[in-house]
Amino acid sequence: MSSRTNISCLQEAARVAIFGGTHGNEMSGITLVNMWIQNSAEIERNGLLIKPFISNPRAVEKCSRYIDTDLNRAFTPENLSAPDVEGLPYEVQRAKEINRMFGPKGSADAYDVIFDLHNTTSNMGSTLILESSTDLFNLQMVHYIKKAMAPHTCSVLLNEHPQLKYSTTRSVAKHPVGLEVGPQPQGVLRSNVFESMRTILKHALDFIELFNSGVTFPPCTVDVFRVQERMDYPRDTNGNITAMVHPHLQDCDWEPLNRGDPMFLTFDGRTVLYEGANTVYPTFINEAAYYEKQQAFMTTGREILAANAIRKACK
Amino acid sequence: MSCHTSPYVSKGLLCLVQFHSVRLLGGKQLEEGVKQHYFCIEKIKMALVFLPALARMAVCGGTHGNELSGVYVVQEMERQWKEKGECAWPIPVTTVLSNPRAVKECRRYIEKDMNRCFNRATLSSPITDSSPYEVLRAHELNNLLGPKGSTDAIDLICDLHNTTANMGLTLIHYTTSDWVTLHICKYLQTKLTKVPVRVLVLDVPISDAYSLESVSKHGFSIEVGPQPHGVVRADIYTIMKEAVDLTIDWIHKFSSGMVFEGGDVEAFRFIKSVDYPRDPETRTLTAAIHPQLQDRDFCLLKRGDPLFLSFSGETVKYEEEEPLHPFFINEAAYYEKEIAFHLGKKMMLTIPSVQVQKD
Repeated sequence: MSSRTNISCLQEAARVAIFGGTHGNEMSGITLVNMWIQNSAEIERNGLLIKPFISNPRAVEKCSRYIDTDLNRAFTPENLSAPDVEGLPYEVQRAKEINRMFGPKGSADAYDVIFDLHNTTSNMGSTLILESSTDLFNLQMVHYIKKAMAPHTCSVLLNEHPQLKYSTTRSVAKHPVGLEVGPQPQGVLRSNVFESMRTILKHALDFIELFNSGVTFPPCTVDVFRVQERMDYPRDTNGNITAMVHPHLQDCDWEPLNRGDPMFLTFDGRTVLYEGANTVYPTFINEAAYYEKQQAFMTTGREILAANAIRKACK
Repeated sequence: MSCHTSPYVSKGLLCLVQFHSVRLLGGKQLEEGVKQHYFCIEKIKMALVFLPALARMAVCGGTHGNELSGVYVVQEMERQWKEKGECAWPIPVTTVLSNPRAVKECRRYIEKDMNRCFNRATLSSPITDSSPYEVLRAHELNNLLGPKGSTDAIDLICDLHNTTANMGLTLIHYTTSDWVTLHICKYLQTKLTKVPVRVLVLDVPISDAYSLESVSKHGFSIEVGPQPHGVVRADIYTIMKEAVDLTIDWIHKFSSGMVFEGGDVEAFRFIKSVDYPRDPETRTLTAAIHPQLQDRDFCLLKRGDPLFLSFSGETVKYEEEEPLHPFFINEAAYYEKEIAFHLGKKMMLTIPSVQVQKD
């Protein structure tokens, strides 16, 4: 038995942003952020700069997901380095602006943490989305949040897939965290979903405050679902869908899908079965915004990630 | 006492409609002559009313472009027509995609809510270059399926809708006196057991009626929820498809001479709408539908019951004396119309037995 515990010393998380309205029709985040812009008492923490921010105000105004292009896919190196010319899609302009305000992405000047608030029409419950399996700060924060929310379940989705990972709004920060709560229709505010998101953020900010005050968080493990594959709907030669998510799969996010299980139901009543060799854990099942992205659901695999103990680095 | 008549009920049946109004008085303390009428109601329920045949029917989907069940039901029916031709259904059915541009963009509407464009004022105003797309389309549909109010109008329009509210299957009418559509409702209620089937009446004079199904001689909307806009759920699609198939089935049976027994149909009449609590200056919401009201469409709201939960934790309660039934609770499309939910009163509609009129 080792007499020395391996503690990772990490930089203080001094600047935190909370983004709502990255998609203009996902109402929980928009409502929370607007509320906190008016009155920030609830989100204030000692020694912490916390900025609530509406990322896509024109889309929020129109109550639509985006104006020209999906903001949450717009933070690519190409877009962020595009020259300031006329005719740039609105969201590309916005991405550059957000990168200036909260980044630059990848630099030492970037914000420490960005929480990006989303809703989904899928039955995902409360989900925290991570982009790296080695970000100790985020792993410890997520572990803290899950414990604090219990017995309410918080699932953790890890999207580290080289092709399926996308350039999110929150990726500007050193520690990006996505909050995805559903099911909630676009354009609708459900009280239970709103309050869940509010509570998750409360615990997240509590963690950051504790971390900044010098608390040591012991080693921990986090159960995650790692993104594997995107599954599209069956389509005809014109690209129109020919089937719907099967009733046995609908609303079964995070539950095992085995070979031979029903997956789709055609409009004329035939069942299409899942043919994959291994058991997978589907998520984002029947998300409204993903029909145009050719995605009926995503498959994931279960994994346990380990995180070292962490403590704020001494100055 | 008021007398509701549908312009499409033939003359000899007018006296029967008056009996309906009399029943609402409860049958007590009536004049002798009226007592006789009331006494006859029970007989009338058993008596037979002959109604004209229904030759043609239209099934319309995508009146709101992001309410997907109807879009896919119409698409599937068109596929069946291509495959089987006239054998697809036992009666002639016209399928219509009402708002193709909105369907393409998966939006409720492009410029104006199309399901508010079918009142007489809009249909009789001339089309100009600046007319909204939906008004143009309403004129086109009125030519195709109407003209509204004329004898050339198609016999029945079934307009397919979804709602984010937990309304199960709701059949919406703009009138209480159309026995054809009320019989179809009664038929659906008996045949569909897996989902609550309710009847909603708006009681609007036909010229003011602004929705698509007011174009035909008989019309109603099939509203199924809950479903997010832009999503097609298999369970909701199946319910809607079954409702359309049963409607076609009823018309076929009716046209073949089958007698449909009368009786009572429970319905909800629209009374008024309630908006969200809002900030007086910015008009932004300050509360959400209370968790104890959310998803409880058609429950009975009594004084003191919770309506909204404010963001600062206070409960806003129902303050009226009269218990009423809420529906369209938290419908996405109604935020811009400043409606959190509608309130309705439960009532009983008595319908006679009906059979098709023989020539």
